[in-house]
Amino acid sequence: MDDTILLVLRTLDATLRVATPLIFCAMAGLYSERSGIVDIGLEGKMLAGAFAAATVAALTGSAWLALAAAVLISMSLALLHGFACITHRGDHVVSGVAINILVAGLTIVLGNAWFRQGGQTPSLPADARFMSLDLPGAEAMAKVPLIGQAYAELISGHNLLVYVGLAAVPLTAWIVYKTRFGLRLRAVGENPAAVDTAGISVVWLRYRAVMICGVLTGLAGTYLAIAQNAGFSRDMTAGQGYIALAALIFGKWRPWPAFGACLIFGLLDAVSIRMQGVELPGIGEVPVQAIQALPYVLTVVLLAGFIGKAVAPKAIGQPYVKER
Amino acid sequence: MSNAPRITLPAWIDIGVIPLVNILMALVAAGAVILIIGEDPVQAVQVMIQGAVGYDEGIGYTLYYTTNFIFTGLAVSMAFHAGLFNIGGEGQAYFGGLGIGLAVLAMDGFAPGFLIVPIAIAAGALFGAGWAFIPAYLQAYRGSHIVITTIMFNFIAAALMVYLLAGVMRESGNMSPETREFAAVSFLPFMHEVFAWFGVTITRTPLNLSILWALLCCVFVYVFIWRTRWGYALRTVGQSERAAVYAGISPPRIVLLAMCLSGALAGFVGVNELLGVQHRLLLNFSAGYGFTGIAVALMGRNHPVGIVLASLLFGLLYQGGAELSFEMPTITKEMVVALQGLVILFSGALAYMSRPWVEKVYLLARGGAERRAA
Repeated sequence: MDDTILLVLRTLDATLRVATPLIFCAMAGLYSERSGIVDIGLEGKMLAGAFAAATVAALTGSAWLALAAAVLISMSLALLHGFACITHRGDHVVSGVAINILVAGLTIVLGNAWFRQGGQTPSLPADARFMSLDLPGAEAMAKVPLIGQAYAELISGHNLLVYVGLAAVPLTAWIVYKTRFGLRLRAVGENPAAVDTAGISVVWLRYRAVMICGVLTGLAGTYLAIAQNAGFSRDMTAGQGYIALAALIFGKWRPWPAFGACLIFGLLDAVSIRMQGVELPGIGEVPVQAIQALPYVLTVVLLAGFIGKAVAPKAIGQPYVKER
Repeated sequence: MSNAPRITLPAWIDIGVIPLVNILMALVAAGAVILIIGEDPVQAVQVMIQGAVGYDEGIGYTLYYTTNFIFTGLAVSMAFHAGLFNIGGEGQAYFGGLGIGLAVLAMDGFAPGFLIVPIAIAAGALFGAGWAFIPAYLQAYRGSHIVITTIMFNFIAAALMVYLLAGVMRESGNMSPETREFAAVSFLPFMHEVFAWFGVTITRTPLNLSILWALLCCVFVYVFIWRTRWGYALRTVGQSERAAVYAGISPPRIVLLAMCLSGALAGFVGVNELLGVQHRLLLNFSAGYGFTGIAVALMGRNHPVGIVLASLLFGLLYQGGAELSFEMPTITKEMVVALQGLVILFSGALAYMSRPWVEKVYLLARGGAERRAA
């Protein structure tokens, strides 16, 4: 019994760890897409952020400088996306794909030129990373069954960015639903003409949205490179930006449901590692690939309208042309 | 793609000068990257050109890569003409390869080559089209967005292939995730073999008969898009869905048609890679060619002639880039991937950025000419 609880807690703990970059990216995408800017480029921005964080951490040994660099780089890519989509009214998807491909190539080229380790960055020492924090009283609480164990295993012992990621969700929900900026953000994604008529700049609103998106993807990249891992390796995002996008759609572009989807997808990932070679009663061995593909399949099924209907912001992907 | 031109420029500027300016900007940006990592861009270009077209083997490899890009470029452009963005070329190429592999593995024990090859090509088209059909159907009849679903299908295809090749389809006793080698009757002849039939000796390269098939596909796509009523309907839907409905065209059926043709074209990557070169089904043989197709289609302005030219350029970059990584080890072959991203950025998303400048130069030049005439 005790072992089962511990197993469940450890799986949930792993879930939280793999879900953190998804949460950052899903919230990032939420700001962008709610303002009407499609963001296929979460993956690329996160990868660029990871590379920037690992590079700066390797050079300076400071996790905080690394964080700043990652945010800066991801934000400049977000601004590039905004420049193409908002200022030049380019196709959002094309721009996002361009950023993803550009970053996939560039990180390896630069990494190889600077560190000569085949696109990897040097392994980082502990003080250049965000390490796990033990919350007060965790050790003492671990002896208390269930609640104490949950506190020690699940809630305590994560690095700072996990907690920031968790805090980003209520913060996003509050900003999007309870502030003036949030109201305008949602309005500009549904009906930019109305926002413009009210005398609010559509362009500036959307630029602010993509900048927030850049900051959050930078945090996701930082987490991957210097918190979860001890350095950058080529293509280390491995499609997580797309999973986050899927989670955002799965959550119907709303913060809490998107957070839930991130946790589900994270759980699938955590479970798929444990499921390797395990026989399920009645089904037999489930191939790991089937579990890995499940987030994608679920998103397609959702999009097809078989489980509820995911309705995107109305003006998404459409450039806004001010009436002359 | 949605910017209405402000003044009409002559056609040669619109389809000649502006795309060239855009590509030039991408190349300049790539040159800046090479400068940043402390190498000489001019020397890099020289090495690339020498490596890609400077000797027989290089040319063969360049054209072999070109073949793949023609297929995926045509695939992306076919969907573009119907107003759809098919990011799923990668998955469709991969899945098309599965069709080819299954067809050959099932038949190469008994059937002759002239039967296997056409059936395998058809199977590649069918599987590629099939993988595009589901997102197309969901877009046409269930209103889900094709960009998202095709991305998801890329990942699903990848997972499925790992499952099949690491388990069910793997040759027993072979540790690497691939099927057994196809029987020799199913091989497409290499070009050096074809030339040998006529007594001409050329260097051995992976270039094979598929390149002729690719060029045939270009002709087919041209005739289909601009010379048939289906193509007309397809372009109408791409331009304005409401006008299409008004003209009695059913957009959902056109979406299905365009995506299936697109998927079939992407599926032909397997013809070049599997029937032509690898002679077995293996993991990741599609190696990003599907994504390059996006750059090729944008650069080639969705016209078969443009696509062939853009494919040649990317073939050159791929082969030259491989050579470059030998000659100048600081520059890895991923530089080509970065350049690909830059091309998509400048000739796709920022396609209209250079237009105001070109307009100004054009008006200035015309004004000058008119003053001189007066």
